[in-house]
Amino acid sequence: MNIFQVSSKNLLRRKLRTFFTVFGIMLSTWVLVTLLGFNKGYEQSLSNSIDGMGFQIVLTAKGCPYEAATLMLKGGTGLRYMPEDLVRDVASRPEVLQATAMLMHAEFDPNKGENGGTTVFLGVDPKTYPSMKPYLQFKQGAWFADDAKDEIVLGYEAAELEQREVGDLMILPGSEVEYKVVGILSRTGTQDDGMIYLPLTATQKVFKKEGELTMLGIRLKPSVDQNAFEESLYQLPDVQVVSMAQVKNTIMSLVSSAKAIVMSIAFIAFLIAMFGVLNTVLMSVFERFQEIGILKSMGALPKDIFKMILIETTLLCAIGGLFGIVIAYGFSGLSEAAIRYFLPFAPTGSLIIIDTFIVVFSFISITLIGLIGGIYPAWRASHIRPLDSIRSE
Amino acid sequence: MNRFIEAHDLTKTYSRGAEQITALNNVSFAVDKGDIVSVVGASGSGKTTLVNVLGCLDNPSSGTLMINHKVIFGEGKLLSEPALTKIRRATFGYVFQKFFLIPTLSVKENILLPSVFQPDHTPDDESLYQLMDMLGIARRENHLPSQLSGGEMQRVAIARALIHKPEVLIADEPTGNLDSKRSNEIKDLLLRLNQENGITVIIVTHNPDIAKIGNKTLELVDGKLMG
Ligand SMILES: Nc1ncnc2c1ncn2[C@@H]1O[C@H](COP(=O)(O)OP(=O)(O)OP(=O)(O)O)[C@@H](O)[C@H]1O
Ligand SMILES: [Mg+2]
Repeated sequence: MNIFQVSSKNLLRRKLRTFFTVFGIMLSTWVLVTLLGFNKGYEQSLSNSIDGMGFQIVLTAKGCPYEAATLMLKGGTGLRYMPEDLVRDVASRPEVLQATAMLMHAEFDPNKGENGGTTVFLGVDPKTYPSMKPYLQFKQGAWFADDAKDEIVLGYEAAELEQREVGDLMILPGSEVEYKVVGILSRTGTQDDGMIYLPLTATQKVFKKEGELTMLGIRLKPSVDQNAFEESLYQLPDVQVVSMAQVKNTIMSLVSSAKAIVMSIAFIAFLIAMFGVLNTVLMSVFERFQEIGILKSMGALPKDIFKMILIETTLLCAIGGLFGIVIAYGFSGLSEAAIRYFLPFAPTGSLIIIDTFIVVFSFISITLIGLIGGIYPAWRASHIRPLDSIRSE
Repeated sequence: MNRFIEAHDLTKTYSRGAEQITALNNVSFAVDKGDIVSVVGASGSGKTTLVNVLGCLDNPSSGTLMINHKVIFGEGKLLSEPALTKIRRATFGYVFQKFFLIPTLSVKENILLPSVFQPDHTPDDESLYQLMDMLGIARRENHLPSQLSGGEMQRVAIARALIHKPEVLIADEPTGNLDSKRSNEIKDLLLRLNQENGITVIIVTHNPDIAKIGNKTLELVDGKLMG
């Protein structure tokens, strides 16, 4: 028999109390693991969805809103254009791996919603656009041919709103031509969902914007220095350069302040676990006052008793921590659903990622916390004198 | 005649509020190896206080205690708790009126408990079973304390006090919770331990029958040694 066996049998003495303590630690660990997993998952999926925008650099005319949301806020006004020659020139530079030109057009549609609304069209080149936006999946149908004149693809929400299926014909606001829906995209969770896509050349014609473009999406060759390339674009007159790396940095720094809040909640979970353990173990030490004194009379040194109590706390925390990790893992789908419910604008992808690091980190820290919570009770116990127990009748 | 334990003018006072209680009053005597010492006296006369000081569980207010010719208390000496523990480990086994068995451990585990803290004193199986046999609890080795009678529990407590082969067994009213039949069994057992194993026994008792087994008797009256 060794001190470890004595400690573990001590825990079995008050099964219900041990159970509730382990349960409490389990809950704290669950919270901790889930929050850490959320921190990681949220950041990662946000980063993925930013990367999924497909463009490293977007070139637009100076002062032109490059986000559909901004455009809608402005009621479809404020669009500016770049000459096609300039765009072709940039797209054919040797540093460029892929580039796709787009023409955005917004039209006020009095029949949309209660008070009318802005419909945003995006003229895209079906030769280059799809391969730069690989995450765009079709729910129905496929892209139009590049010389098509009267075919459109609807974003998921645009199709919902218009109640259209592939094969339907529809008249677009701002033109008299009947368009045939050839494809409907799956939900992406991005602004692409609300878009109506037309072939680029047809868009230029229909909206009388021949020779003009709104945006150029660029992806560079891996060896190219992105900063230097952006620098060279700044030399061009009347264009603005939107670097997705910068956008990402800005968003990520916002996220990191949110992370700090999440971490402080995790810290509170830690404290709760610690005081729970401290309370339980201290109680059990007071309860065993006599017994510990007798152990002392049997030759237990203060450090033996200290060790015994610390083993008890560590065991409690290790077991609770283990269960907490298992539960956090098992219920991560549920937690994710809950987070999505409260956070409707969450990015796509796994919001909770529990990896080995998080598991090991949580287990070690919850066990350490238990150790810290056990120090005071263990110290008290180690100072019980044999006499105290013999005299306390 | 080897004066294994020597007490000189041991005095122990307790203060209870403003009141001073002299539980031991200038007690001097010696215990030789192989003695059975009976400590008798009325309730409150200081018996427990005396054996606690002898067994190094408590320190005297003044006077000197020597064990095996080494000063433990007195002459300006004050040992640390770990140092005292080491002396206790090597010298004493204790049995109390209450049995203080650990309820979650089996008879055998309770007996082996001291060796958890003194791994170099872990007994071999033979001496463990011999001891349990002698105490008549061998068949009970896997039972929990709650499944034993009072007499059996006290015998387990005695086995636990003896497992590390101490030189002196200190028993403070070991039969206080037992009926006369069980008390007699314990008495015979203590005699055998003394005669067969040469263990020195210091026993506090109110029972004149048990007191008779002592080759020395210390009678206390109000903390003073008589005779
Ligand atoms: N911790 C203490 N604080 C104050 N007084 C104490 C303390 N311990 C013992 N006493 C007092 O010291 C005296 C001797 O007590 P002790 O326990 O040694 O007597 P005893 O002979 O063992 O009695 P009993 O036969 O009832 O066990 C008593 O008056 C008791 O009240
Ligand atoms: Mg007493």
